[in-house]
Amino acid sequence: MSEADALVEVQGLAKTFDVSAPWLNRVVERRPRQFVHAVDGVSFAIRRGKTLALVGESGCGKSTVARLLVGLYRPSEGRVSFDGIDTAEGFRSSEARTLRKRMQMIFQDPYASLNPRWKVADIVGEPLKEHGLLTGSAGDRKSELKARVAELLQSVGLAAADVEKFPHQFSGGQRQRISIARALATHPEFLVCDEPTSALDVSVQAQVLNIMKDLQRSRGLTYLFISHNLAVVRHVADQVGVMYLGRLVELADKAELFSRPRHPYTRMLLDAIPDMHMSGRSRTPVQGEVPNPLNPPSGCSFHPRCPHANERCKIERPAQKMFGGALIACHAVEEGRI
Amino acid sequence: MTAPLLEVRHLRVEFPTRRGTLVALDDVSFDIAPGEILGVVGESGAGKSLTGASIIGLLDPPGRVAGGEIRFDGQRIDNLPYEAMRKIRGRHIGAIFQDPLTSLNPLYTVGRQLIETIQAHLPVSDAEARQRAIRLLQETGIPAAEARIEQYPHQFSGGMRQRVVIALALAGEPRLIVADEPTTALDVSIQAQIISLLKRLCRDHGAAVMLVTHDMGVIAETCDRVAVMYAGRVVEIGPVGDVIHVPAHPYTVGLMGSIPAMDEDRERLLQIDGSMPRLTAIPRGCAFNPRCPRVFDRCRVERPDLLDAGATRAACWLHAQPAREAA
Repeated sequence: MSEADALVEVQGLAKTFDVSAPWLNRVVERRPRQFVHAVDGVSFAIRRGKTLALVGESGCGKSTVARLLVGLYRPSEGRVSFDGIDTAEGFRSSEARTLRKRMQMIFQDPYASLNPRWKVADIVGEPLKEHGLLTGSAGDRKSELKARVAELLQSVGLAAADVEKFPHQFSGGQRQRISIARALATHPEFLVCDEPTSALDVSVQAQVLNIMKDLQRSRGLTYLFISHNLAVVRHVADQVGVMYLGRLVELADKAELFSRPRHPYTRMLLDAIPDMHMSGRSRTPVQGEVPNPLNPPSGCSFHPRCPHANERCKIERPAQKMFGGALIACHAVEEGRI
Repeated sequence: MTAPLLEVRHLRVEFPTRRGTLVALDDVSFDIAPGEILGVVGESGAGKSLTGASIIGLLDPPGRVAGGEIRFDGQRIDNLPYEAMRKIRGRHIGAIFQDPLTSLNPLYTVGRQLIETIQAHLPVSDAEARQRAIRLLQETGIPAAEARIEQYPHQFSGGMRQRVVIALALAGEPRLIVADEPTTALDVSIQAQIISLLKRLCRDHGAAVMLVTHDMGVIAETCDRVAVMYAGRVVEIGPVGDVIHVPAHPYTVGLMGSIPAMDEDRERLLQIDGSMPRLTAIPRGCAFNPRCPRVFDRCRVERPDLLDAGATRAACWLHAQPAREAA
């Protein structure tokens, strides 16, 4: 899926973690090495100025994808290209600094992602200093830094006077705004947001989502938005990818995915959402749980929970194919059974 | 109307600190009828969990019930000595907490914990207690219950553990279950299973539930009535459909509008500016007044009690009767 206006393109991305027991245990207990395929052949593209959301339950590999994209992990296989640059090489070349400047990340936990011993001025100012984004002469640096930080804080709805405060003086929502201000400091084009509102209360979540949408409009930002909350995804995304055990099972435009979910897992997830406007409605409870990623099922990894699974699903792993605008990996959809 | 199973009247919980006394719950009143599911919703720090903890007598010191009363089946339980409360807790009032891992003892098998709980509350033989434990596990949808009863909590997944916790809460055949965020730590697909299980079992066993959560979706499909809390007070209480669709309190209106919905498209979510006040700085008058879009003079000086507001009751001066205003 190559598109001319794609800012980020991911091809066959995979990440394997070695979770073997220590060497001595392996020798004594005759245990083999063990690997977790956290991300297993994921491909997608994000168009400039748009938002791709990845959804899935815990352990499906969505956060690993986020970390692979910004270079916090090195891919085991596959490639990520950012504006035509292969990032695996890019992060090692002399251009690494420029590349890092163009993509930033917002983390889930606003309590753990800010240094408690730094003032807000230092937290938000660090990327400016690190990337040499202060233009003035040595003498003016300090006042320039202060002005830039104040401007960044104001762009996320905080006060310029907040620069002198420490993170513990802010609420969760305000801290997440500080994270956003820090991420915006380098004027990035691409923001990877890993569950940015999951730790927040709903009214605060609304504030942060509104700010993120406003910033996207005013700065033309491209987002990869990771979330387990489909209602939030429906609000922010243009395109949605559904992940299950390290694989992308469905990738479609938002309208398409929510009006005509095709993959049985997507349907299951949509069914599982408690709906505010349907009080008294009982959901069809989904059977089973996510299997252990150390020992994933053969064939399609969703088959033990799937109501449409047959023999083929148990043996053969489905490939991703296009079905009316959506990329789906499912034998049942391919065979027209559902 | 039948006599309520649980009556909470003017409950006040305080935390004495060196810098003065913090009032965490202030004048909280509500009832739960037998077999009813009451949802308690609010943002972090609103006092929903504290309300639950006060009812089951598990307030962490230095927190204490400083005023009001809690009656269970007509009997006052907020001032009972520790041992007397222990007999009620588990036997008459069950509890389910958020984190299924920390509510189970990792060193005991699931069966031992269940059997111990059953025998602590009911006069049954060892063999019968074991049978009951297996039956409870089967009822909560744990496959191969006879085998799994010998296993330890770490051998269960998160969703399965929460099923065990529900089985434990039901072990003493309580008439009220206080469930504090029972699904928050779980994935959505598991959450749906647990909610429908909780609903079904409580109906079968005739237990009333106080369901504390911040998830309006869970409230909407589970509860009969809902109480919305803000800064240590109930700001609105009423039938769940009315609170969600025609909320009377401006805070409830904002809360509902800030939730991204699955069935409508909005460019921006409704947002309530600011954040909930800290306990050290609760504003005079109505605690919501600095954030309220419909604030007027009276809100800044006088604190509203719950007033009739259509189908619900809301603590908001907008719903004061003109006659009362004149008085």
